[in-house]
Amino acid sequence: MKSGSLSIEAVSRVFPGVHGGAPTRALEPTTLSVAPNDFITILGPSGCGKSTLLRIVAGLDSPTSGRVLLDGRAVTRPGADRGMVFQSYTLFPWLNVFENIAFGLNERGVPEAERNAIVESYVDKVGLRGFERHWPKQLSGGMQQRTAIARALANDPEILLLDEPFGALDNQTRSLMQELLLGIWERERKTVLFVTHDIEEAIFMASRVLVMSARPGRIKADIAVDLPYPRHYTVKTTPEFSALKARLTEEIRAEAVLAATEH
Amino acid sequence: MPRPLAPIPNTQRVLLGVSFFVLFVACWALATLGGFVSKIFLADPITMVQNGWELLTKFGFARDIGMTVWRVVGGFTLAALVAVPLGILMGAYKPVEAFFEPFVSFARYLPASAFIPLLILWAGLGETQKLLVIFIGSVFQIVLMVAVAVGATRRDLVEAAYTLGAGDQGVVRRVLIPANAPEIAEILRLVLGWAWTYVIVAELIGSSEGIGHMIIESQSLMATGQIIFGIIVIGLIGLISDFLFKALNRGLFPWRLA
Ligand SMILES: Nc1ncnc2c1ncn2[C@@H]1O[C@H](COP(=O)(O)OP(=O)(O)OP(=O)(O)O)[C@@H](O)[C@H]1O
Ligand SMILES: [Mg+2]
Repeated sequence: MKSGSLSIEAVSRVFPGVHGGAPTRALEPTTLSVAPNDFITILGPSGCGKSTLLRIVAGLDSPTSGRVLLDGRAVTRPGADRGMVFQSYTLFPWLNVFENIAFGLNERGVPEAERNAIVESYVDKVGLRGFERHWPKQLSGGMQQRTAIARALANDPEILLLDEPFGALDNQTRSLMQELLLGIWERERKTVLFVTHDIEEAIFMASRVLVMSARPGRIKADIAVDLPYPRHYTVKTTPEFSALKARLTEEIRAEAVLAATEH
Repeated sequence: MPRPLAPIPNTQRVLLGVSFFVLFVACWALATLGGFVSKIFLADPITMVQNGWELLTKFGFARDIGMTVWRVVGGFTLAALVAVPLGILMGAYKPVEAFFEPFVSFARYLPASAFIPLLILWAGLGETQKLLVIFIGSVFQIVLMVAVAVGATRRDLVEAAYTLGAGDQGVVRRVLIPANAPEIAEILRLVLGWAWTYVIVAELIGSSEGIGHMIIESQSLMATGQIIFGIIVIGLIGLISDFLFKALNRGLFPWRLA
């Protein structure tokens, strides 16, 4: 059975107040079902609970109410079936690129020969050939995020969670990384949840774009992207793309205004 | 003027470091040889070197040095063997921390030297007592510092390990320990320095061998040259062990320097 179907059922998250202040409603009850192999991007203003939602799916945080099901099983703790690429750089600084990518495989006790073959193949896929023995400190930000993506993928998770993985990169590098990730996804077909601030990035990769409202976060729009795969970067200049972009820009702008006036 | 935090060339660094030693000895020589300080209170550098040479060639001081080094290394190793695993457990598991932390924090302030009379009562004047002084002086410090270091491990690295399928033990073995290994080595280097002060105190009281014993003997002979020589030997050994520790850390943790 092909797996990777995710179901988020009325999940909400309230953080207790800091210094006796009012509690923060980070996420309103949110319901969402994701089919296997969907590439979902999530757009929303800063602080609307995107990271919170992803962390709950990963099992790193618990919802205040509701539950998350992956292939029908309830998520209670983090596990290898949900790979995550974080907003911050989280490579293990004491392991080189090769060892970082091998981390999950080692943890599962995959035999050495098989493990090395898998790691080598991902080193190639993310274009880090020649850098296997480098420490994370010796890599650029883009290379670190590529390693982090390879590290998550090498573990063969059912669902991949990416939290603004390209947020700190310049535009050119960011475009290349999008093509790289999209290429890998088109070949390997995984369920992906991808958080971003960038509307073009969201449309370019997604089969479905979710727009979240300003805090307290909830899903405000759910828009299918019918551009055919495999996608080439030139798709960004087509009229269909521009129309989607115009529509999403409107949706986001309303929320950004709300978020800004709230403070 | 150099800019804040701007690095300097290696040769310049060594030169500056050596020049302060030279300046220090020069001032000392000026004060003593120039007759500003009486010989009874402070020997001059030349007498100190002569006395030191006598100590080494005629009075078997090398054996004292060996004795002291072995006591420090022995007591310190025992302390590290107990303290590092306990510190890691305390840092990793909050109930363990809650159980031990208050007592260790209290015990840390008990002066090791004040235990010497008690330890002599319990363990006699032998080696066990010397090792125990160093053990007591070091173990609580190491436990606490290691626990703090491990407890402050970057949470995002721990979370990354969990999402890669690591279990709780895997997180301890493959994240908490390697992430903090350089810091733990650094803590050991620091506490080893303190262990040196405990051993000398232990040897000042009821000992028939060791650098501290030589110093107390020299005091009754008013041989300040010998005392200063003993102190300088301790400083030198400290400097060497520090240097070795740093070199070892560089070799063991190349990722730190990259
Ligand atoms: N551990 C926490 N304790 C208290 N409040 C928190 C905690 N984590 C998040 N929050 C609050 O929850 C809200 C949503 O945070 P979250 O990190 O999910 O936002 P985000 O959408 O990822 O924002 P950004 O795009 O800036 O990363 C914020 O208002 C934040 O202050
Ligand atoms: Mg975020």
